[in-house]
Amino acid sequence: MNPDELLFAETHEWAKVADEDGAKVATVGISAFAVEQLTDLVYMELPSVGTAVEAGSEFGEVESVKAVSPLYSPVTGEIIAVNTGLPDSLETLNADPYNAGWILKVKLTDESSLSKLLDYGAYQKQCAEEG
Amino acid sequence: MTDSLARTPLYDWHVARNARMVDFAGWSMPVQYSSIVEEHHATRKAVGVFDISHMGRLRFDGAGADKFLDRLLTRRVIGIEQGLIRYSLVTNQAGGILDDVLVYHLADASGTPFHLLVVNASNRAKIVAWVEQHLTAADDVKFRDQTTDTAMIAVQGPRALDALQPLVDVQLSDMKYYSGQVANIVGHAGIVSRTGYTGEDGCELIVAAEAAHAIVERLFVNGDSLGIRPVGLGARDTLRLEAAMPLYGHELSETIDPFQAGLGFAVQFKDRDFIGATALKELKIRPNQPVRVGLEMTSKRVPREHYPVLAGGEAVGEITSGTFSPTLERPIAMAYVQPKAAELGTELTVDIRGRAEVARVVTLPFYQRESK
Repeated sequence: MNPDELLFAETHEWAKVADEDGAKVATVGISAFAVEQLTDLVYMELPSVGTAVEAGSEFGEVESVKAVSPLYSPVTGEIIAVNTGLPDSLETLNADPYNAGWILKVKLTDESSLSKLLDYGAYQKQCAEEG
Repeated sequence: MTDSLARTPLYDWHVARNARMVDFAGWSMPVQYSSIVEEHHATRKAVGVFDISHMGRLRFDGAGADKFLDRLLTRRVIGIEQGLIRYSLVTNQAGGILDDVLVYHLADASGTPFHLLVVNASNRAKIVAWVEQHLTAADDVKFRDQTTDTAMIAVQGPRALDALQPLVDVQLSDMKYYSGQVANIVGHAGIVSRTGYTGEDGCELIVAAEAAHAIVERLFVNGDSLGIRPVGLGARDTLRLEAAMPLYGHELSETIDPFQAGLGFAVQFKDRDFIGATALKELKIRPNQPVRVGLEMTSKRVPREHYPVLAGGEAVGEITSGTFSPTLERPIAMAYVQPKAAELGTELTVDIRGRAEVARVVTLPFYQRESK
């Protein structure tokens, strides 16, 4: 996926919403900027399939040598898939954060929070201010 | 990054190397250039260069310098052979640790002896005030804070001496560990010492602020084929933690005494008196104090500062520093725990954000270089 096709949370997660079998499903990951800022990733903890997540709530954590960072869901729904191989190959997040580095697929139960997400341009602007 | 932060003489050099700059004790310092793990391995396997100009450098000249410092430090200063450096502590009257320091006894180019105290950046103002508070005209000591007039550069790793030797007019391999001397460093007068804070062999340089840039550039030309790398504070922390070196504000504070910290070797009572001696004699025999231990984790979750340490569900202590060890490839930590939980091999748990993770008490240091 190309980052300009994605929506971003201020907390650096991305979401790509698509129709799957008549339901809206969001693929969720973390941005290249976040991965670069974290550097030296050593551990990632992910939830299991079936867990309900809410936009803005914590669903997992990623740990670097220096610090631990919570992962926040950019969407509300139920987790239908988890990239379980990712914690054992965290370098994938550096190499390909928007494709192979996906983290969750969430079947949306409430789409109202999507409007709070940023497009890539607005997100890049935020990163430039933080960077 | 605000302009109120102090800059070392190498600030522009860091920025030119794309360092990520952070506020450390009021200084704008590089936390990393590439990655903490890469910089860590470069220091363990080749040579790493650290700007440590933020550390305080306090110079004491005059006939009474050794006597004055002897009164301020927990370890004997009078009689330190010229050319040697000692690790020591500054304590207050209650025996609380104000700072951990290195004291140098050197002679300048004309042969006149002087003493130098290298103190933590975070404690510099406190120690300067402490010195000024205790110094009287009768002491016959000329005290100068030379921190901002000078730069300090650490060159550390198995190839550190190879990288540095061509720049200096002293034979580094002939210098003992914890010794130092005034030297000519590519045409600039400075101090070379066999000291460091990484657990590796190496040297530290103290040079005039305006000479720092040229010296570092030369060092990188020489060290290029050796795998020389600039190293930030991030890897400085993982390196010192693997070497189990205490860091003030974490393992050391005014409420921790030297004996709990395992620094009893730096407290000498015999035939001398110093500020805090009376209190420290009492503290030394105080029973059941928490002691500093090393912990190794079985899971990959990293214990961080202040996380509770438990034995059989009961709180027995607290983490003071924790990280993911790049060398051991697992999380490690230092903690203060009750003596009953401090025995080597004891299985404890650390409460990592609400979940108990298994930790084992292990021998410190976590890493020790092979002796040559």
